Amino acid sequence: MPHLATTYAAIFSLVTIGGKTALASINRDRTLDFLLRMKDASGGFRMHDNGEIDVRGCYTAMAVAHILDLLIPPLTLGVAEYVCSCQTHEGGIGGEPGAEAHGGYTYCGLAALILINQAHQLDLPALLNWVVFRQGKIEGGFQGRINKLVDGCYSFWQGGVFPCLQLLPEQLLHHKSIQHENEETILRLNELKIRKQSSNAEISAAFLFPAWKDNRSKHVIHEVEDQCQSDSNERMKLVTDYKYGPLFNAQALQGYVLLCCQVLEGGLRDKPGKHRDYYHTCYCLSGLSVAQFSMSRSLNALPLPSTVLGPFDNLLAATHPLCNVVLDKYFYAYKFFHGDDDSSQI
Amino acid sequence: MPSSESDASMEQEEEEKGKHNEDEEDSDAHMDPKEEDDEEDDDEEEQEELQIKWVPLSKRPEWADIQPVSQDDGPYPVVPILYTAQFRETMDYFRAILALDERSPRALLLTEEAIRLNAGNYTVWHFRKLVLQALSYDLWEELKFIERIAKANYKNYQIWHHRRWTAENIGPAAMTTELQFTEEAFLKDAKNYHAWSHRQWVLRTYGGWEEELAFCDKLLHQDIYNNSAWNQRYFVIKNSPFLGGVGAMREHELNYCRDAIAVDSANESPWRYLKGLYKGDDEALPRSTTVPAIVLIELQKNKDCIYALDLLLELLCLGYEPSQELIGALGLQLDSCSAFQIATFVCTHLKEIDTMRMLYWDWRLNALSNASTS
Repeated sequence: MPHLATTYAAIFSLVTIGGKTALASINRDRTLDFLLRMKDASGGFRMHDNGEIDVRGCYTAMAVAHILDLLIPPLTLGVAEYVCSCQTHEGGIGGEPGAEAHGGYTYCGLAALILINQAHQLDLPALLNWVVFRQGKIEGGFQGRINKLVDGCYSFWQGGVFPCLQLLPEQLLHHKSIQHENEETILRLNELKIRKQSSNAEISAAFLFPAWKDNRSKHVIHEVEDQCQSDSNERMKLVTDYKYGPLFNAQALQGYVLLCCQVLEGGLRDKPGKHRDYYHTCYCLSGLSVAQFSMSRSLNALPLPSTVLGPFDNLLAATHPLCNVVLDKYFYAYKFFHGDDDSSQI
Repeated sequence: MPSSESDASMEQEEEEKGKHNEDEEDSDAHMDPKEEDDEEDDDEEEQEELQIKWVPLSKRPEWADIQPVSQDDGPYPVVPILYTAQFRETMDYFRAILALDERSPRALLLTEEAIRLNAGNYTVWHFRKLVLQALSYDLWEELKFIERIAKANYKNYQIWHHRRWTAENIGPAAMTTELQFTEEAFLKDAKNYHAWSHRQWVLRTYGGWEEELAFCDKLLHQDIYNNSAWNQRYFVIKNSPFLGGVGAMREHELNYCRDAIAVDSANESPWRYLKGLYKGDDEALPRSTTVPAIVLIELQKNKDCIYALDLLLELLCLGYEPSQELIGALGLQLDSCSAFQIATFVCTHLKEIDTMRMLYWDWRLNALSNASTS
């Protein structure tokens, strides 16, 4: 029986394998059918037929729909409302409305909304405050919930929240009372609608990766525009002059992964005393990559040696913060499914 | 680089603070459905037993009519799993029954065998539901079945989802047993994420709110660091039809926080809960008298109390005018101290004492400066 988590894993495994054969093997129509079938009236998604509904469903569905160019209103409708209803009084996001704020679900909720350009609906200052406190002051690794132990996999679920937040206008992260732009600008920022030239999809790579660019294009400073003024030939304009760096301790996170999560015989783990497994291997490495690249501002920018803990050959490939696949593979797949669309290129 | 085995001191500190949970396993964090065989440390004994007593299905006369169906791994299997003969055969027969869509008593027994071999197989659980419905099976019996399986698998999505489905089909009569079932789960792990979700579902769907605040209180007395219990508390004050909602409960809950903070001001839970009491009501927070009083007391005890400073920063950003006493508690000069200067001081101080979050506090500091110059 099909399941959203396996669908997500399979699609992005094929993206990681890369190349025309792997990507062409994906049946987009049948995938869309499945995603629509999982859609629930609450705005969320079931993980499988008659399965459980939780924030994982939103993320896996949105991520798959995003890469395959299947983001249509019947899928995205109500997702923001559902995810926002899962944001708790603590600031993080829980699995279902009412459930405790949790790293895995926080990542899923935030990433899902960024993918559909609805992240501004969340209380982002509260989310940021919750997630910064999830980094253990002694361990350097992240815990999944308040007053629980750190775990290597949260290196990505929690650590990965930071590069995701960096995709958004910095204004949205500031405490409401000290947002120094005037009301109008805030409203414009909050009502971003990005239109692609030729499809109904409401997002584009350019919006998602203001700091990253195609290998071949030049880096240009852009401004945000609202939907009424965009015409089919207009280029995407984005805020790219970030004045702030990573908001977590990337060095300490690297330290936790390298010193506590590696298994001598190979593979990575939750913490010393636990066994290795593929899940922890994947997410410890993904988190390590996020930390190593936390200071980088563009696709081709190698981190400075001072950013990488240990010898420079500890450096991993850069991973896409919203889909967690290697960047090069992501861009290849994005082009494969979205085509060469001028309005979406930076 | 080899791993450091210096976690012993780490765990000791955690235990002292009561944060450590004996069998802590965040397997609920895992996204994978675990349809195939996976590490199941808890039921090793049961697995051994299953293997000893097992009679191959091919040798059971009641299954003689069935042609087993092998798993189709395609022409070039990648990382094939080394199934035991028992696992392989059980699943071969399950696939046959599934293909025939045979919703019979023997099918029900077969799903039980398959579940005992791998409780994460959501396809088997799904088919079991169909069989239960077709046979109009006694769902109270099903609850008992789930309880037996859950003993080794308290952190399995499929089991909890099946429990929810079963209880849903029974109706309100299940309320008490379901609340009780979650309490059994809490005996093993008072932070079991699935159990808390289930409990919230029961309350939302069938009620039982009357005792819930007291239940939270009991758990917090056992472990004041149990953030799941704090979260439940919030859930109750927000949603209970017997209480007035967050606003109405606020003063009472502030006192509750005050007491918890007094036990250990380094416990993040009550501080975050306190902030949460003002969620969606930014205007009320700076006008509160209780909150600054709590901050003052803690800063007077310890001027390096990180959570008190974080909360103070929040107050200041919302327009709170600090009292002379508070300014004094921070160790600042009493005259010419604007809210902005105090906020700047707080951020700077936090950068020094909460070094793990130095970049965050620095960013907060810059945000203050930018705001003041515009």
